[in-house]
Amino acid sequence: MYELIVIGGGPAGLAAACEAWDKGLRRILILERDKELGGILNQCIHNGFGLHHFKEELTGPEYAGRFIQQLQATGVEVQLDTMVLQLIPGTPHQVHCVSAQHGYQILETQAVVLAMGCRERTRGTIAIPGERPAGIFTAGAAQRYLNMEGYMVGRRVVILGSGDIGLIMARRMTLEGAKVLACVELMPYSGGLTRNIVQCLEDYNIPLYLSHTVTDIRGHNRVEQVTVSQVDENRRPIPGTEMVFDCDTLLLSVGLIPENELTRQAGIPMDRRTNGALVYENMETQVPGIFACGNVVHVHDLVDYVTAESQRAGAAAAAFVQGAEQDAASLPLTNGDGVGYTVPQSIRRNVDKAQVMFRVGRVFHKSRIVVRDQAGNLIAQFPREHMAPGEMEQISLPKVLLERAVGGLTVSAEEVAEG
Amino acid sequence: MYDVIVLGCGVVGAATAYQLARYPLKVAVLEAQNDVANGTTKANSAIIHAGYDPEPGTLMAKLNVEGNRMAGEICQKLQVPFARVGSLVLAFDEADLATLRTLYDRGVANGVPGLELWDQSQVRQREPNLSQEVKGALYAPTAGIVDPWQYALAMAEVAVTNGVELHRSAPVTAITPVEGGYAVTTPKGVFEGRYVFNATGVFADQVHGLLETPDYRITPNRGEYYLMDKSQHEQVSRVIFQCPNENGKGVLVSPTIHGNLIVGPNAQPVEDRHDLGNTAQGLDFVREHATRSVPGLNFRENIRNFSGIRANSTRHDFILEESPNHPGFFDLAGIKSPGLASAAAIGKWACEQILEKETQLEPKQDFVDQRTHVVFHTLSREEKNALIAQDPRYGRVICRCETVTEGEIVAALHSPIPPHTINGVKRRCNAGMGRCQGGFCGPRVQDIIARELGLNPCEVLMDQEGTYVLTGETKAQGGKAHV
Repeated sequence: MYELIVIGGGPAGLAAACEAWDKGLRRILILERDKELGGILNQCIHNGFGLHHFKEELTGPEYAGRFIQQLQATGVEVQLDTMVLQLIPGTPHQVHCVSAQHGYQILETQAVVLAMGCRERTRGTIAIPGERPAGIFTAGAAQRYLNMEGYMVGRRVVILGSGDIGLIMARRMTLEGAKVLACVELMPYSGGLTRNIVQCLEDYNIPLYLSHTVTDIRGHNRVEQVTVSQVDENRRPIPGTEMVFDCDTLLLSVGLIPENELTRQAGIPMDRRTNGALVYENMETQVPGIFACGNVVHVHDLVDYVTAESQRAGAAAAAFVQGAEQDAASLPLTNGDGVGYTVPQSIRRNVDKAQVMFRVGRVFHKSRIVVRDQAGNLIAQFPREHMAPGEMEQISLPKVLLERAVGGLTVSAEEVAEG
Repeated sequence: MYDVIVLGCGVVGAATAYQLARYPLKVAVLEAQNDVANGTTKANSAIIHAGYDPEPGTLMAKLNVEGNRMAGEICQKLQVPFARVGSLVLAFDEADLATLRTLYDRGVANGVPGLELWDQSQVRQREPNLSQEVKGALYAPTAGIVDPWQYALAMAEVAVTNGVELHRSAPVTAITPVEGGYAVTTPKGVFEGRYVFNATGVFADQVHGLLETPDYRITPNRGEYYLMDKSQHEQVSRVIFQCPNENGKGVLVSPTIHGNLIVGPNAQPVEDRHDLGNTAQGLDFVREHATRSVPGLNFRENIRNFSGIRANSTRHDFILEESPNHPGFFDLAGIKSPGLASAAAIGKWACEQILEKETQLEPKQDFVDQRTHVVFHTLSREEKNALIAQDPRYGRVICRCETVTEGEIVAALHSPIPPHTINGVKRRCNAGMGRCQGGFCGPRVQDIIARELGLNPCEVLMDQEGTYVLTGETKAQGGKAHV
């Protein structure tokens, strides 16, 4: 019997396991499906990681390496090359998994941290018309080929979507000698971090076409042509605006989906907006003893924030195993104007403070984040110079404010009138 | 000289080879593509129709009902995923209800067992997610869903293990009458055979044209589909059709044998028989018509679009006949819907043509009518452990969406008709069929193929010739290397 099983050995799982160990748990197991720990960080060989957490600029593998080193100083067990097939909540929880080394195992544990990360949206999810030749890759798959396997995937490239991985790959492909012809974004704003737009597109003179999308793909065998069209305010292609690019490769960076098949199978209540489990401020799901953190809960921009969130999950899992009492009363959070989702979706009343993360639904210039309770009382407000859907927002609500709230909290974004 | 040459190894060619393999005949199957069943067989609705659609008296009517029965037996014997889930044809108004009665009568005349006409409340009770507008339905319990690709592969594999020669990447470039038969020229050599079956699908008229001008033309007609995530599987539990019209059986919504949901097709005549593209208009048409049957379909849960080309012809029935001017040259052509459902019976028909001419033929005593096909995720826990103990590669999950193990992929790579492409592995093992569409397992599958077949990963194709995935190694020649 384990005290804690962590499903996934990427940045979320590593931070959660280390934190749970620091808080006193001694029977911890990480189950990782890949052959090494570190998750997606292993293929992110660019820098820019760790500015918040370590106050220095690291590459992905370096960032993962720091946590792997930390883990090696603990007694946390790790099973690599192990796929979890099923999670059955109960007392204890059961984790079914399979590996070449141990065969089919059923493991029991007091607490579980879900840290499975996310996967990329594919061509199918957005139903791009056209032929289906080779040469269409999700940006992350292309990144794996380049950075881990050592192969190039194309020479003339169009990128659909301005998510961070797509931007990073625009630069990466360029540095490897490919010509990146265009980065095409359906929305009128970029989905990635501003620093990536500057460092990965502008620095290499790669044009970014906002309010455009791919409307046709040609090539019986390998991609030969990609047609890009402008879209109207309803995101429908405008006839007559077609641009045809001769290229052999189309990379897709069209969003990430939390990988929650195990979560759904286990019957853990989900949030339709995040595609992740509903969680409290300590990252506990609605099923006691099962926690979730990182991209499996909601898609983050920065691994530093994944780490912070996962440490909360690890600490809370330790407290759960150690028998901490939880206040049953909680404040539900609802999304007000301009706010697409919040994590957590509920805050327990007896906590010292609660960290609330969310994304806005559109670009906001000079504005403020406003938190009101059910009675309409203003609980807190936070000024912002600029907010965009591509950058996750965080606010911190201390106990003194939470105690004042009646019924529940609504988080909204409001533009501040100039002058 | 071969006794029989079968041109094409789609489901019809495979079914023909499967029947011929029972007899002491020297048989060669010539497939133009680099893998079997890469044409219409791989891209269709994956339905084994019950057989109420075709006009009584047609070949389609006879062979559909017989083929449906045979499909059940063959799939069970050869471990092909198949389920007789039944089908409904929906009526939305009085005219449709009249059509249902016509279809019912036709079905009875064709010998379709178990047909029932359901009223509105019966339909609602049994398929609660269908539109409230549905007024009634024709229920056909014998309709089934199948993995069409696996169906063709299974028959081809049994043929090969029983001595049939299969040559892939062998497109026919010439057919010439020679003493006692025909010489068929391909890049893989010239094959001489006493009898030739033309099972080349959408190219049948062109291939026939290498020998003589045929008196029919293939009129390729493209159908587009959505394949949805498993989250949508339970929208319906049967194959849901609308009333057929001049363009075919209309847009269907059906569970697939792999636990997904398939939605489509439209019907669009096309010139280019290689153009398997999707169009915005075609997909709009499919969505609009499908939601008429099942209003709650969530198209955001789509995982893949595809299209297939129907081998429609200028005739209104299957073209199963011997050339009047060239005895021994047979067409198995114009195999449009219900072609998949009829395939097994078409193969039997073809074999009977040989038996009529070669009356001395007796079935082989040593014909092995089985194959093994391990699907890890369907095994019990004990079976899984036993398999992993025997070969630890069955404990390594490569495709996480569909839980496909390295053991299954390696087994496929050493099977009677081994794949050498990423999609070849996908069709045999399901790796890459799931919601991430190979984003995770693609590079890993490519690696296993290269390792097992002794190839450079850059040589491993996605699918048919020309579908290269990698353009070279990074850093090689300053990143400008290209295969």
